[in-house]
Amino acid sequence: MQDFAEAFTVAFGLVGALDADLVEIVVLSLRVSLAAMVVSCVIGLPLGGWLAISRFRGRGVMLVVVNALMGLPPVVVGLMVYLNFSRAGPFGWLGLLYTPTAMIVAQTILITPIIAALSRQVLEDLNTEYAEQLRSLNVTGFRVVRTLVWDARFPLLTVALAGFGRAVAEVGAVIIVGGNIDHLTRVMTTAIALETSKGDLPMALALGIVLLLIALGVNALVMSLRATAARYAYA
Amino acid sequence: MLRAVIDPPAPAAPEGAASTRLRTRNIVLKIDGKSVLDGVTLDFDPDRLTVIMGPNGAGKSLLLRILHGLLKPTGGEVSWGGGPAGPPRQAMVFQKPVLLRRSVAANIDYVLPKSECRDGEECAGLLARVGLAHKARQAARLLSGGEQQRLALARALATKPEALFLDEPTASLDPPSVLMIEQLVKEIQSTGTKVLFVTHDVAQARRLADDVVFLHRGCVTDHAPAADFFGGACSPVAADFLAGKIVI
Ligand SMILES: Nc1ncnc2c1ncn2[C@@H]1O[C@H](COP(=O)(O)OP(=O)(O)OP(=O)(O)O)[C@@H](O)[C@H]1O
Ligand SMILES: [Mg+2]
Repeated sequence: MQDFAEAFTVAFGLVGALDADLVEIVVLSLRVSLAAMVVSCVIGLPLGGWLAISRFRGRGVMLVVVNALMGLPPVVVGLMVYLNFSRAGPFGWLGLLYTPTAMIVAQTILITPIIAALSRQVLEDLNTEYAEQLRSLNVTGFRVVRTLVWDARFPLLTVALAGFGRAVAEVGAVIIVGGNIDHLTRVMTTAIALETSKGDLPMALALGIVLLLIALGVNALVMSLRATAARYAYA
Repeated sequence: MLRAVIDPPAPAAPEGAASTRLRTRNIVLKIDGKSVLDGVTLDFDPDRLTVIMGPNGAGKSLLLRILHGLLKPTGGEVSWGGGPAGPPRQAMVFQKPVLLRRSVAANIDYVLPKSECRDGEECAGLLARVGLAHKARQAARLLSGGEQQRLALARALATKPEALFLDEPTASLDPPSVLMIEQLVKEIQSTGTKVLFVTHDVAQARRLADDVVFLHRGCVTDHAPAADFFGGACSPVAADFLAGKIVI
């Protein structure tokens, strides 16, 4: 118990003093997960928009698949990316294994289905409301998607944040493709796993605290976005 | 280049809005096997303001959607003018206005050509015409019901329609706004736009209509010049309706 309390004290000390190692790990985590979020939005939003407004054979199947992919186990994604990027794999020549780029790729694969599925729902609901009016105004094709995406900007931002939250808290994929290399691919979650197993509880706890704070921050942001949207009746 | 030499230049649109001569032939609309419009045949005079009346559920909104091309009828046809130009520019104000999640001004700018929104003059002018100039910056969906309808009308006008479909556009307006909108609608008709105006309000129909279509249970019972229609030359159902009796 004594150890435990001490660990907490040291942990808060590390956070308070902005310990260099700690900051480096946190910054890398944020960089990787924000990049994954941006790439996922670039792929997932248009995909969600397309699924929301188009009607084609096999759409139902596609929706089921995309929804199912939301629950992809991170370790499986990690393994897939690993196989592709390992020396013998099809993308081995890129030499990306154990780099932050590989981690971004893995997290992108993990959260793109989330962004696509959630944004499809958001955009489809809005489209039910807008479709007839837009047709009446002679708005067609890509401009419809643009209009829907812009007018759903608040709910879509919360979708993006949900993706970021999932990415930043995930450990299974990044540990496989990143390798948890000190100063290179060590992020918060992989560092926590390592420090805990090494018995360095203060560092693990300090990172855990920061991760929790980030989760809290993301949720606070989501709440305030919702409130802002409601205030302007843009939700 | 060669094409331009061979093809004669497209003829300029004929005077007098021939392309807004709207006709329907035997329109039938079935929803779940039930006829909600049944054999609607109408010829609309482009130079007259047509008011469509009828009790709730008569099929007025559905007919307007079909005329505007939003809904494909089960049978029959809608045609414009017969010329090769195709349907004219048209706009519709829905019974329930659908506004974009943007500011009042942005809702107008959305339909204006880019060059016209830059200085904001066009937009301001349109808002002034519906009495919303002072609300330009406000979020559109926070407007009151009546203000939303007026904004929807201003947005429809921003498309410079040659045919304008109005589905009870004054249903939730206060009396001064009703008169303002009626004035505006008359102006629009007088500048050559064909207006079709749906209303329940008999007094309003009297004020606006050049000719009246009366719809009952999906059938046209009357299509007559306003003077005749209100002068007593109408069908028994329409007479009951005008007399304030409940028509189902
Ligand atoms: N999508 C739909 N599915 C089933 N029935 C419908 C649908 N849309 C309209 N109807 C039915 O068609 C009939 C005509 O509807 P419509 O909206 O055209 O009436 P209306 O004349 O505009 O009435 P109101 O004066 O109340 O606006 C109604 O009985 C309505 O219940
Ligand atoms: Mg109606």
